[in-house]
Amino acid sequence: MQYEAPETTKAAVSLLAKAKGSAYVLAGGSDLLVRMRTGFIEPDLVVDIKRIKSMSEVKKTATGFSIGAAVPCAALGENKALVKAWPGLVEAANLIGSKQVQGRCTITGNMCNAGPAADSVPAMVAAGARAVIQGPKGKRVIPVEQVAIAPGKTSLKRGELVELILLPERKPKSGDAYLRFIPRSEMDIAVVSAGVNLTLDAKGVVTSARVALGAVAPTVLLVDAAAKAIIGSKLDDAALEKLGAAASAACRPIDDKRGTIEFRTKVAAVLAKRAAKIAYKRAGGK
Amino acid sequence: MAVLVSTTINGDAVEFACEPDETLLDVLRNRLGLTGSKEGCATGDCGACSVEVDGRLICSCLMLGVEAEDREIETVEGMADGATLHPLQTKFIEHAALQCGVCTPGFLVAAKALLAKNPDPSEEEIRFGLAGNLCRCTGYDKIVRAVQDAAKEMRGA
Repeated sequence: MQYEAPETTKAAVSLLAKAKGSAYVLAGGSDLLVRMRTGFIEPDLVVDIKRIKSMSEVKKTATGFSIGAAVPCAALGENKALVKAWPGLVEAANLIGSKQVQGRCTITGNMCNAGPAADSVPAMVAAGARAVIQGPKGKRVIPVEQVAIAPGKTSLKRGELVELILLPERKPKSGDAYLRFIPRSEMDIAVVSAGVNLTLDAKGVVTSARVALGAVAPTVLLVDAAAKAIIGSKLDDAALEKLGAAASAACRPIDDKRGTIEFRTKVAAVLAKRAAKIAYKRAGGK
Repeated sequence: MAVLVSTTINGDAVEFACEPDETLLDVLRNRLGLTGSKEGCATGDCGACSVEVDGRLICSCLMLGVEAEDREIETVEGMADGATLHPLQTKFIEHAALQCGVCTPGFLVAAKALLAKNPDPSEEEIRFGLAGNLCRCTGYDKIVRAVQDAAKEMRGA
């Protein structure tokens, strides 16, 4: 195995594009090293992106936030401006693994690992986050929901890597929230999860919303019907019921040791409603 | 092919050569003789290999040795000041917060990192903060009490 730690994005792209055998990007390594250790993969090349300055920063930009692909989740929780603007996203990032894992793991890695139960992904999708992808043919920017295409598979092409996650401008009276169901209180993988992001008008009416569900389909789902159910409402009981019904209707889960189809479908509604209430309150709704 | 790595461990400049796919934990234990960090699961679930890198708590089984270049690493071996134990170490002994002892170095390193961020944690905060460290002997209560007592002493209360 060859290990490289380039200092520029360009050098990283070049290494990945020219690699002869199997090449992997190393950010936090909390997924990659486990897969190496258990023999699932035998990389010929590992490109560590943590020496690339632009990928190691959280920046407040003119249009929102930019989160470098190598920024550990723990650093997101330490960024006060980010926590204030996107508490739901930060909560989701700080639910991944343990404190030890959060010291290394990244939301970009969580997204590129393409697990259906990735905690930070529904929160990012609800936030309307976009991924900046750099590759041999230049840069492209795509919505986070278009990165994973199947469990363990992404739409990234050979030689491409994610450089940044972009969060949109935060309008006044906005809030987000992320909730997951796990049978323990910590250190577990979501059985079902929901991220909700919304904006209110001066009267507390929801003017825009995004609802995303995790672990109920091969990839994280952006559920437009669930968002439509609460847009135009003050999140009254009728709107919440419609939201829950739309969330359940969107579920295409599997039965496995962590949860059944029936359970996941039902709990998706419960979590979507609860997350919407938290997001509504955070947006200043009463 | 082995790679030469220069790093700082517990304040000392250290150089070692390791294979690119070797974990930091294996380097610490097998190449540098720092066997305080333990391998429990090797998948980042048990925390027995906890160390701090540039002030951040991590599992050394989830980091490559080659990634240590120019970093500052703190292991359990750096906690005591010569013959004087760290308050956490003293309190773990006083409260009998260990039985077999395999998880203890990881708990000490993780508890030190926790108290650096939060000098007066509640029981719940301690339990959440140490959720990445598994102990199969004590049932955790004695560990939580030892950390609370050490925190009190370290606050000078």
